[in-house]
Order: sequence, then C-alpha cells, then structure tokens
Amino acid sequence: MSADEKNYIQGATGAWEIVIGMEVHAQISSKAKLFSGASATFGAEPNAQVSLVDAAMPGMLPVINAYCVEQAVRTGLGLKAQINLFSVFDRKNYFFPDLPQGYQISQYKQPVVGEGKLILDMPDGSSREVGITRLHLEQDAGKSLHDQSPNQSYIDLNRSGVALMEIVSEPDMRNSEEAGAYLKKLRTILRYLGTCDGNMEEGSMRADVNVSVRKPGGPLGTRCEIKNVNSVRFVMQAIEYEARRQIDVIEGGGQVAQETRLFDSGKGVTRAMRSKEDAHDYRYFPDPDLLPLELDAGWVENIKTSLPELPDEKKARFIDKLGLSPYDAAVLVAEKESADFYEAVAKGRDGKLCANWVITEYFGALNKSGKSMADFVITPEKLGGLIDLIADNTISNRLAKDVFALMVETGKDAATVVDEKGMRQVTDTGAIEAVIDQVMAANADKVAEYRSGKDKLFGFFVGQTMKASGGKANPAAVNDLLKKKLAG
Amino acid sequence: MAINPADLTIAAALAHLEKGDFTAQELTQASIAAMQAAKPLNAMITETPEKALAMAQAADERRRAGKAGLLEGIPIAVKDLFCTQDVLTTAASHILDGFVPAYESTATANLWREGAVMLGKLNLDEFAMGSSNETSYYGPAVNPWRGPQGEKLVPGGSSGGSAAAVAAGYALGATGTDTGGSIRQPAALCGITGIKPTYGRVSRWGIVAFASSLDQAGPMTRDVRDAALMLRAMAGFDAKDSTCVDMPVPDYTAKLEDGVKGLRIGIPREYRMDGMNAEIEALWNQGKQWLVDAGAEVVDISLPHTHHALAAYYIVAPAEASSNLARYDGVRYGLRVPGKDLIEMYENTRGAGFGREVQRRIMIGTYVLSAGYYDAYYTKAQKVRTLIAKDFEQAFQRVDAILTPTSPNAAFPLGSKSDDPIAMYLNDVFTVPINMAGLPGISLPAGLNAEGLPLGLQLIGRPFDEATLLRVARSVEKAADFKARPDAWWSK
Repeated sequence: MSADEKNYIQGATGAWEIVIGMEVHAQISSKAKLFSGASATFGAEPNAQVSLVDAAMPGMLPVINAYCVEQAVRTGLGLKAQINLFSVFDRKNYFFPDLPQGYQISQYKQPVVGEGKLILDMPDGSSREVGITRLHLEQDAGKSLHDQSPNQSYIDLNRSGVALMEIVSEPDMRNSEEAGAYLKKLRTILRYLGTCDGNMEEGSMRADVNVSVRKPGGPLGTRCEIKNVNSVRFVMQAIEYEARRQIDVIEGGGQVAQETRLFDSGKGVTRAMRSKEDAHDYRYFPDPDLLPLELDAGWVENIKTSLPELPDEKKARFIDKLGLSPYDAAVLVAEKESADFYEAVAKGRDGKLCANWVITEYFGALNKSGKSMADFVITPEKLGGLIDLIADNTISNRLAKDVFALMVETGKDAATVVDEKGMRQVTDTGAIEAVIDQVMAANADKVAEYRSGKDKLFGFFVGQTMKASGGKANPAAVNDLLKKKLAG
Repeated sequence: MAINPADLTIAAALAHLEKGDFTAQELTQASIAAMQAAKPLNAMITETPEKALAMAQAADERRRAGKAGLLEGIPIAVKDLFCTQDVLTTAASHILDGFVPAYESTATANLWREGAVMLGKLNLDEFAMGSSNETSYYGPAVNPWRGPQGEKLVPGGSSGGSAAAVAAGYALGATGTDTGGSIRQPAALCGITGIKPTYGRVSRWGIVAFASSLDQAGPMTRDVRDAALMLRAMAGFDAKDSTCVDMPVPDYTAKLEDGVKGLRIGIPREYRMDGMNAEIEALWNQGKQWLVDAGAEVVDISLPHTHHALAAYYIVAPAEASSNLARYDGVRYGLRVPGKDLIEMYENTRGAGFGREVQRRIMIGTYVLSAGYYDAYYTKAQKVRTLIAKDFEQAFQRVDAILTPTSPNAAFPLGSKSDDPIAMYLNDVFTVPINMAGLPGISLPAGLNAEGLPLGLQLIGRPFDEATLLRVARSVEKAADFKARPDAWWSK
C-alpha cells in the first residue's frame, strides 16, 4: 500500500480521499490590544477591559500596537515565511452586536506575512510538509452572553479588539491525524516563539477547518468550513465526522453544499450554520483611519537574528549531535520546556540514555503526579545525578528505577536514596562469589543439569544470584563469575 | 466699555483683554446675550452659557497670572460633530439622542488649552452630510443674510451653524469640519473666512467621522488673521490619530502681511465651467486682478481631471461613510428602537435614527463597496483621486497658490434645493477636488452679488504650507476690503 492509499477511506463506491486546509486564529501574547491600549489578558470581569476605541465610541480612532506587529513578523519568520514589508489594513464590514465598529479591522489583499511552510512530525517518526498560505493581523470580536437573562442577550467587549494572527494553510492535509499534527506543531512553534500561549481552552487558539472529499486523483470536491473548533481532539473528530457525512451525501446521490458548519462536541457531529447564499458580502476596503504598514528590512532582519532555536532545528540537532531517534527527538522538542529539561539532563551525559529516562520514567511519573514540570519534585539535576550513578556502575539500570520511584516519593536525591537504602551495587567479586556459592549449593540438581548440557539454565542462575543479592550485584560481574563457577 | 462682539475680531478682542478694556467674563456675557438673541437663526443645538462663564472666569484668572494662552478668553462655538466632554454631542442626528461623551476631541481640547471659551454646540447637516444645513435633525440653521425680499436663506453646509454664528457676530470664531467643502462653502455663503487645513494637520480624534480620508477640521472666523490665530491653536500632532502628521505648527501670523510680490498664482482653466454664474466669474477675474496689482504673477494652469472630481468624491465619501456609520446600531449608546429580534432592532433604529440624506449615502456607499461593483466604482474612484492629486502636484511645481471661486452660487432660499440631491452636490464642485488631494484651502469673502449677498473666493495651497496660503489670502482680503455685514434682523 502506498503512502497515499493509507489515507483513503472506504465508501460504498470505493476509496475516497479527504482534503483538509485550516485557518487558525492565534491570539498574540500581548498586554494590550491591537489598536487600543486596553488590557488583553484573559479572565477579567465582563467589560472591565474596554477602551473607548474598543467600544467604538464616536470619533475614536485605531492606532496600531507595534508590539503586535513584531509578534506577527516573528511568527512569520518562525514559519519560514515571506515577510511583506508593505501591507494594508482593511475593514471587513458586517453587523453583529459583539462587533461594536460594525467592521473588523483585518488584512485582506496585502497581509503582513506571505507564503511559508510547516513540517509535521507524525507519530511513526516520519515528516510531512504543509504549505502556509499567509498570516495576517486582525481584531477579535467581543462575546455575546445569552444565558444571563431569559429575554435579552448581553455583550462582553473584553475580547473586542484583541490582536489575532490568522494563519492560513494550504489544503495539504489528507487525514485527521495530519490535521491534529498540524495544530500541535503550529502551537509548538508559537510557544517557542512566545507569540501566542496556544491555550485552546481559553480561546487563545481556534481553528476553522475546511474539509472536502474526492475520488483519489480526481478534482477537488466542494468544501465545508467548520468554524471555531477549540481543541486538537475536536478538530480530528470533526474531520472524521464531516468526511464521512460528505461521502454519504455524494454516494446517496446528493451534492455537498458549500456552507459554514459548527462542530457539536457533545454529540460529535457537525451542523450547518449558514449556506453560501447567506454568506456576508464583507465589502472589504482599506481602512482610511490607518496608514499602510511599512516595515524596515533591517528591523525584520534584527528580529530574525533574535529568534530562538525552533523545534525543527532542535530536533535535527538532537538526532545529529545527540544520537536520538527521530521519534524520541520529536517527543522531546514538542514542548520547549521538555526540550530544555532534557538538554539540562543530557549536558555532559549520554544523550540516548538521558532521552530514555526523560521520555519513559520522568514523563511517566510527571503525568501520574498531575503536576507541571516547574512544580514537579524531579529537577534536571536530580535526574542527572541518578543517571550518573548508572553510568559509574554504582547502581544497575534496573535498580535505578526503584531509586527513581523513591526519589519521586521522598524528594531526596539519588545518592542519598542509594546510601540510605543500601542499594549500592555490589562489585566486590568476593561477595558475589559467596552469593553464587550459596545459590549453587541450594540448587545442586540444576547445576548437574547445566553441566550435562542444558545451557538455557544460565539465565536461571543469573536471576537467582541477583535475587539473592537483593538486586545489588553488578550484572556483568555476576555473568563472568557464574560462567567460571558453573564450568566447574 | 460697551461690548458688541459683532464688532470684534479675535485679534482685536485679545488686544482689549490684554489692555484690560474688558474682561473675558464681560466679553463672554455679551456673546451669550447676542447668542440668545439670535435663536431665530437656529445655529445652536446646545448652548452652554454656564460653562462659558466658568471658562471665562478661569481665563481672566490665567491672564491676571500672566499665563494667557493664544486665545485666552475668546468666546467661540463648536460644531456639534466634535465630541465635548460632559456636553451633549449629536452630529445633528436623531441616532445620537442623549449621547454625552466622556472625552474631549483633541482639536477642541487644544483650543481650551489655549484659553478659548465654549459658548455651545453648533448646528450642522446630519453627520456633516449636506451643503445647506437642511439635513439637520434639529432643523436648518438660517443664514444671517437675507434675500432682497427678506427670504430666509440657507447658511450653506455642512458647517452651517458655525458660519451663521460667526456671521451673526456672537461667536468670534467657530470650529468647522470640511470633507468636501463643509468649511469653505458655508463661509462663502455667510461672508466669513474659513480654512480647511492640509489633511493630517489637525487631529481627527474625537470628531464624529464622516469620510475618514477626507475629513479635516479647521477654524471659521471673521477674517484671515483670526483664522491664522485659531488654526495655530487647533493644529498639532496627535499620536491618537494615525493620519495626523508630526510637524511643528508655525506662527501663521508671522508672515501674514508680507504680501504676494514674487509669488506665482495659478488660475485653473477647468474651473471656468459652461454656464458659470456671471457674477461669480466676474469676482474671480477681480480676484486675479487684485493679485496682479499686489505684485503677484498670475498664470493660467491646467488641472485636467477636475471634472471627474465630484463623481469620484460621491463614491469615496459615501463608501467610507457607510462603514463609519455602522457603529450607530442601537446597541451601546444613542437611540434604540426595539424590534422583535436583533435584525428588526437594527432596522428600526437605523431607519428612525438616520435622515434621508444619510440613508441615501449609506446606500450608495454600501453599493459601491459590494462584491462585483467594487472595482468599477471604488477602485476607479481611487484612481481618479490619485490623478487629481497629481494634477495639483504638477501645478504646484509652477505656482505657489491657486485661485478659484469657492461656490458656484451665493446663498439660496431654504428648501429650494433640498429635493434635488444632484443640484445640492454641485455646490461643492470647486471645493471637492481640494479634499480629494488632501490640500489646504481657504475661502474668504470678496464681494456682494446684485442681491447684496456675499460671494467667496477660494485659494488653494501646497501641503502643510498654510502659512503661504494665509499670506496670499490676506493680500486678497486687503484688496477686497469686504466690510458688509448682515443687518441683525433676528434680534429686532
């Protein structure tokens, strides 16, 4: 089966291919809004963060927040995209109570960021490239509250005017897994750059998902746009449902209508919101209150040189310099905090061994604790200390797991745990020989069987010896000595 | 000293105040009395006599303390398009019923900082859309000048209340705004001086927007010197308006009397239109002669795209207005007319809140921005706009200022054009191109027609060279020696 075929889903009339593109709205991490000085932080009392501009009082004028422009450019550079030194703010006109101006200030024909790309890290360790069409700056709208009164709606304008980056992808994704990987990777990059916190629960990142289906190799089908999906899981569920729905419509002799749909996460279904006929005529035109945005090439270059190492570069370095597998590297770079933790542990130590410990034991214990990395009892220094004890043969890798569990439990460092519990590995050959003698004496029949050619029993003797030493015997020494003694 | 504010220019009043001939409170009291006697002119939407007296008292104190500003103690009135803190602001529209801003426009704040005293808020065409003040929800302001048979005349618009208040003599100056001629045309029709500065010279922050790329505030006064004084106080950089330019504001009076010797003045042939009013044409020729006599070199120039300006203007301005006025939706402030659902509430509110002319322009603007029509109308109009700006740019390589008439006619009777929007729009044919190019323009009274009504001449200047423009205007003013005043019929 080719890579493409793996993506096909089966309908009554044969295989179908899903085509997915995404528009992600990412809220810029900025103290102030895009065109006003009001605070843009989450969770304030309704209408506590509204300036005269946000409320569209008569005579108010927008003034661009330079910090937000810088974050958009940083993000564009992080997406390896073209930065447009000349871009224009347009008005997108429509009436809605939570849109006080009666228009949203956005960028239409000339966005600040042009074409770029994003590399997906698939769970099997493979990579895939998705094209970025553009990134533009725009204002968020406010929020309508329908549950405060039986017969009236209330409006909260705290979000009104908050700076968003709309990041538009090419229709390059072919299954829900890729769409999920796209969102995760985009979120990772935004977090590395610090331009968006990526908190989908708080609405700092929302996705509009365009889905269509077609016969493999055929022309593109009619697409539906699923609006405002707010988690990776919901995006994947929505795509699965929507693709199946469209196939059923077509195979049932119908036609997919181009429309905007909503995902009902409770029921796991998408529902029609408005059809193409009802689509707004937004009457875009350049906002006469704002001058075109003109950027200095040198300023952009300065931002470029100040970018942190991004996940793709970090992953490549982990593979090339530290000898990690693509899968391990991808897991570690998915969050900057994880990558930083890993690098602190791996500094001056074996990269591969450290990666195994961070990914398996550390992440396992962290998840179980329910704590954040910053609050968790295991620091890079403590984990590094444990790995040092493995490296210098003080403890075996197996014993180290027990030590780690005690470290998590007590918060003590590895050396202390080992000393207190007497878990230091026994490398004294005399002591090991004594244990082996005991084991052989207690199992004289097995010794005889071994000596008569039953080699497989060697493992049994290793196990018994380790057990009798309380797991503290050095496994290599045990092997050597056992071989000699059993040979007679 | 007995004070008749109608006899005073700002400059003269400042001299009297400085000498101690009268106090700002006495002057303001005289202005308030004259304002209250002029109610038949309907030039005010809101009078603020108590505020005026309190400001005058503070002005007197500052003057005594030696801290007088540029306009310390001068009573002026404010077009009701400027938001004024704690004072009702209506834009002459029903839809802003009860709207009292919590903020002060930058332009008026600048005037108060320089010591000016606010008499109240002036009538205008609704949202500054009109050329006769007849679209005001508060009824038309009336021109202090009357027709030969005593007919009531329009003061022009949209700053009709501003022009009427200054011409009637109670306000020593007024603020206006000019999107297509709204300062200059009413100034011409009421026999006063009005300057529309270069786009970006005066902050638009806090002024109710009509067409953002064209709107510009400026002073309306009795003479050119007063315009120079008041403009200096109003103008200046404002970080709250992205289109406001960061350039120092000069003392516009410094070279006011330098004359025009050595300056070249252009006469654009395209402004000489078929069927042009003979009196207007004669006045224009007279103006040209005055400049020649004063030592200027007068040359014929061409502004070839002039005849497209009005059509392009009536695409660009309504397009911007249709978007700017979307915020008046009954949700947050002003009028709300309930409906069975949201859409009906919008329709009821905007249907009742906006007058016919405003609705017409919203519809035109919405249409020209619609999918499928945008390129044919809006894009083309913007191209025309660029060509008009280029015409002027080329002309200003040869000349220092341009002389034209301000308006194709003198003040006309109330109601005579209000049913014919095209006839009304044609009032702005000489003023609109200047807004499209963002240039400064000034109108000053230059003579009377056969019916005894004032006529204005317009001068156009280079961008941000208001100083030269005012200096040329002063030269024409001296030659014209316009002394006529309306008889104060309203207070008899």
